[in-house]
Amino acid sequence: MKLDSMYQEIILDHYRNPHGKGLRDGDAEVHHVNPTCGDEITLRVRLDGAVVADVSYDSQGCSISQASASVLNDLVVGKQVGEAQQIQEAFLELMQSRGQSEGDEDLLEDAVAFAGVSKYPARVKCALLSWMAWKDATAKALGGQPPLTD
Amino acid sequence: MTHSHLTGLLDTDAIRKDFPVLSRQLHDGKPLVYLDNAATSQKPRQVLDALNAYYEQHNANVHRGVHVLAEEATALYEGARDKVASFINAPSRNEVIFTKNASESLNLVANMLGWAEEPYRVDADSEIVITEMEHHSNIVPWQLLAQRTGAKLKWFSLTDEGRLDLSNMDELITEKTKIVSVTLVSNLLGTVNPVDAIVRKAQSVGALVAIDASQAAPHAVLDVQALEADFVAFTGHKMLGPTGIGVLWGRQELLEDLPPFLGGGEMIETVTMGSSTYAPAPHKFEAGTPPIAQAVGLGAAIDYLSAIGMDKVAAHEHAITAYAIERLAEVPDLRIIGPRTAVDRGAAISFTLGDIHPHDVGQVLDEQGIAVRVGHHCARPVCLRYGIPATTRASFYLYSTPGEVDALIDGLHHVRNFFG
Ligand SMILES: Cc1ncc(COP(=O)(O)O)c(C=O)c1O
Repeated sequence: MKLDSMYQEIILDHYRNPHGKGLRDGDAEVHHVNPTCGDEITLRVRLDGAVVADVSYDSQGCSISQASASVLNDLVVGKQVGEAQQIQEAFLELMQSRGQSEGDEDLLEDAVAFAGVSKYPARVKCALLSWMAWKDATAKALGGQPPLTD
Repeated sequence: MTHSHLTGLLDTDAIRKDFPVLSRQLHDGKPLVYLDNAATSQKPRQVLDALNAYYEQHNANVHRGVHVLAEEATALYEGARDKVASFINAPSRNEVIFTKNASESLNLVANMLGWAEEPYRVDADSEIVITEMEHHSNIVPWQLLAQRTGAKLKWFSLTDEGRLDLSNMDELITEKTKIVSVTLVSNLLGTVNPVDAIVRKAQSVGALVAIDASQAAPHAVLDVQALEADFVAFTGHKMLGPTGIGVLWGRQELLEDLPPFLGGGEMIETVTMGSSTYAPAPHKFEAGTPPIAQAVGLGAAIDYLSAIGMDKVAAHEHAITAYAIERLAEVPDLRIIGPRTAVDRGAAISFTLGDIHPHDVGQVLDEQGIAVRVGHHCARPVCLRYGIPATTRASFYLYSTPGEVDALIDGLHHVRNFFG
């Protein structure tokens, strides 16, 4: 059934038990909305030098957007900012692939489960909501400076 | 499920044969269950044929040729105006303005009043009154007008039951009120509003009243004289017609006094390089080549609805809505947003299902061939009022069947199991 390709078990697990949810201290905060469906996220990024120390968020939305925020937290926290940005770009590319890509599992880990969502144009924005918020918040936290490398 | 207790139903077997798309199968053979009628209706063969016949036999521009096709096209376009006028019981065909949709109709009213002379002019001393349950199309044009003129925008709030709270009507509608614009039927809540009380109050202070009948005209008898309002707006695509055609009805003396909004061909009497004089209404408000085929299509839709009878359409939908409300009560954790009885209620039912997001509800229903709408339905203030991000909405029409209600209920149980 087609539905199972969208609602992979991994996605439903993240949806039921989201990782890192809740707002904690951060260096920058953004609020993003999806105007077509009203999904919202407030997201904070805390950097520790060149490392993503924390991504915390408070969000409201469908299973896809909730699970996606949880996977984002898993994937980028603890990584170098540059590395995290690569993951973000790979995820964006996957979501824009219209079902044509399976995603690089080494880089994207659980996030490859969203490959099926890319076939549903109406839901791609749901999957990208937290990732775009993260990108935005990170740029803000960096204040236009390239990330320090250590 | 047996449906023998339901009364007032139309012969949907026969009606559905007129709607080609209703026999579509989706996702490996699941019959389409189309429950998104508040967004747009499906179109019967009769309307599709009228569109085709217009283009195949009569296509020409209107009001500006002496040749046969131009005369035929003009007669068809103006004939559609006659059909609309009689459908809404307008005193005169000249009170029927064709627009592209209800949104344009409502924007037209707002702009007429923004540019009008006294006593209609909306200015910094004026107040505009709307309601919290309006479609964005009946909010944003008034916000724009208020921002541009300095007028104050006020609104009726909603009760917990999804009805208008009229308790502070005397504070809302005052000597300063220039225009009150309200929906007759809410597209999200399904509520049918007691506009008569609002019209009486507005008349007592000399304010004009516009009524958004987008969710009313398709579903019940619409009589603009009985409503006693000054303007009534609706949209063709929700009432079996094509997209691209809407209607604004306005009282004749107002249409004579109020200024045009869009300028162009068709709306003038004479033009010099310095200035122009305008054609009488309705043409004064129809600048440029109008949506001719679409008007003809709307005329065919009106013929179709009238042949069935709007009172019968209303009775059918009432029976289906009552049945749907009764059966939705069986679904655990389902909360109807809006009136929980079929009294003073249209055929759009919004609900939430536990904490399963409407997007997910809609997606899993779609997999079963069931088309519903999810989101804020262009009435975001209603969602804010009830503290919810969005709803799932099922909305019925003259071809909807009790069996489709049953399919929805089964589908919702499936949704709960899927996310349970
Ligand atoms: C109550 C109401 N008003 C206005 C509109 C706007 O109609 P349209 O988009 O055709 O202009 C709609 C439909 O979406 C509606 O339901």
